Amino acid sequence: MSPEAKAPAPGIYLDNNATTRADPAVVDAMLPFFTEQFGNPSSLHQFGNRVGRALKTARQQVQALLGAELESEIVFTSCGTESDSTAILSALKAQPERREIITTAVEHPAVLSLCEHLEKEGYKVHYLQVDEKGRLDMQQYLESLSNKVAIVSVMWANNETGTLFPVEEMAELARSAGVMFHTDAVQAVGKLPMDLKRTTIDMLSLSGHKLHAPKGIGVLYLRRGTRFRPLLRGGHQERGRRAGTENSASIVGLGKACELALAHMEDEKIRVGMLRDRLERGILAAVPNCFVTGDPANRLPNTCNIAFEYIEGEAILLLLNRLGIAASSGSACTSGSLEPSHVMRAMDIPFTAAHGTTRFSLSRYNTAEEIDRVVDAVPPIVAQLRKLSPYWDAAANAPVAEPEQAFQPAYA
Amino acid sequence: MWDYSETVKEHFFNPRNAGAVDDANAIGEVGSLSCGDALRLTLKVDPTTEIILDAGFQTFGCGSAIASSSALTEIIKGMTLDTALQVSNQDIAEYLEGLPPEKMHCSVMGREALQAAVANYRGEAWQDDHEEGALVCKCFAVDAVLIEDTIRANGLGTVQEVTNYTKAGGGCSACHEGIEEILTRILAEQGKTFDPIAASAPPMRKPKLGTLARIRRIENAIEAIRPNLQRDRGDVELVDIDGKNVYVNMTGACSGCQLASTTLEGIQQRIVEDLGERVRVLPAGQRQAPSAEGRGVPA
Repeated sequence: MSPEAKAPAPGIYLDNNATTRADPAVVDAMLPFFTEQFGNPSSLHQFGNRVGRALKTARQQVQALLGAELESEIVFTSCGTESDSTAILSALKAQPERREIITTAVEHPAVLSLCEHLEKEGYKVHYLQVDEKGRLDMQQYLESLSNKVAIVSVMWANNETGTLFPVEEMAELARSAGVMFHTDAVQAVGKLPMDLKRTTIDMLSLSGHKLHAPKGIGVLYLRRGTRFRPLLRGGHQERGRRAGTENSASIVGLGKACELALAHMEDEKIRVGMLRDRLERGILAAVPNCFVTGDPANRLPNTCNIAFEYIEGEAILLLLNRLGIAASSGSACTSGSLEPSHVMRAMDIPFTAAHGTTRFSLSRYNTAEEIDRVVDAVPPIVAQLRKLSPYWDAAANAPVAEPEQAFQPAYA
Repeated sequence: MWDYSETVKEHFFNPRNAGAVDDANAIGEVGSLSCGDALRLTLKVDPTTEIILDAGFQTFGCGSAIASSSALTEIIKGMTLDTALQVSNQDIAEYLEGLPPEKMHCSVMGREALQAAVANYRGEAWQDDHEEGALVCKCFAVDAVLIEDTIRANGLGTVQEVTNYTKAGGGCSACHEGIEEILTRILAEQGKTFDPIAASAPPMRKPKLGTLARIRRIENAIEAIRPNLQRDRGDVELVDIDGKNVYVNMTGACSGCQLASTTLEGIQQRIVEDLGERVRVLPAGQRQAPSAEGRGVPA
């Protein structure tokens, strides 16, 4: 029998910043759109009309969650990455004389890789730095804003640490400088109340599968009057702003998920927040040499990222997985890269801790009983791996004296 | 999550020889903290026979780093130092029934820890001899540093040449953009520009060769490729040349490899370039036996 077979089904899922399960009500709402409601919403006949009306309802449900002024400001896309690319490339296309972009050093690859690619094409990118708690250097932001900047793209909440950026304030500053403002709010939508009509945010990306809708559906919020150039041209779908036949079932599912998220907003903030705190306090009390990364006072209610010093994250995840517990890590090995997470490096977390960062991200489906099981499971796993670690003195159950000096491997 | 073999999982969940050997007389410390993999290997060596009596490891690293360390200690216990030094990283990977390409460096770290420990025992200075770059080709596990060094050392200018020399890009071809970027950068350093159009059509205007010269050219081209294959524990031998058909035998790890046909294409490309004429490289097994000789010989 393989070790995995012992895992109690269905397991404890604490990786909701990676993706969420679709809510059963979402799936129910979608199913007719694979069968009897198959029409093309662009068609004139009754088959198309019914689907067209369902899309309108979904658009209003998204509008309500975001607090957008108009339903026409909601553009359905295929995912958060498409929304990010559409926003940034549109700003560059619409303002060819502006050749600079402002973003942060800790963005999701959906923005960061695109910006790095644009640098190769000759654009100048300002990467705002963060301090050891992941807080933005606002002075650098003010100094970077100018009439050469086409767009500012700053995430609302960090996917790894949950740390929030002051995007509403930053959008005001961008507006004053005459610069477009986009936020990748993929982690924030559904977890934080939003009222976009009261902000000066011009564009916002969201992704369905982060808020209990299916994968393969996203939204670009596009404030009315924002100069725009589509990424995909073709039919007149989404008022010509995103061509391609609508993914009607997923759009209906996303609408339902937004309605549910709005209804559960308080629950997300209070009950999920309390579960997260219970998890975090339990682990910090039982495990020596670990600490919370990011800004604990200012973060998403569902996210907790703990750095376990002197051990490596993939090994932690494999041992958690054997117990049916799902989490994620910022170690190099989990992604197959040569460096630990760029978010941890930007916060100047030492290598011996950055590789051991473990992210627990909760949802409204988690229970106190599950959290208690995780609190019990983590300390023995950390102890087991530290027994193998060259930085750890097993007899003293503490790091060896002067760990960075005691073990100095040759680069291999 | 990685697709680890059952043996890797077994050695990770139940590592052998974990911890330091108390009265060790050989210690090797290798790894890179930025990469998140580091290993201390401690050995107890019999001074008269140089047999490794005991081995222990302490590893800061992922599942496959811990499994590779565990496998290494199991392999070398009871060996003499000289025999142990023959253990290659492929031996460690094979012992574990394979490692994902992104994780092969874990087995390299094991071999290097052993070299460092032996050097430490013998009072020699040990210098690691490779630098690792970001993985570019996932089919053949080729990293950026190897590609860059090979381009510089051999004055390469096309993706096809990089594939011929390093195998990078010879599989699914998804990394060709990455290889083109490396070529663009290195050629720019040398004051040249990367030209993808010229790259795709090698000029063929070499004079016609005599039969013997032609055979020698083909032999030499195959000889030049063999070290690349041998690095992956494979090999190729020339069997026969029949007009435009060149018959070869793929041996070692190459025989039965899913990518053997890709490797054959690489060999063919190399011969075609050296020879200046179109030939086909075929496995000797596919050769149609002449009917007169073939009769009565079971296939």
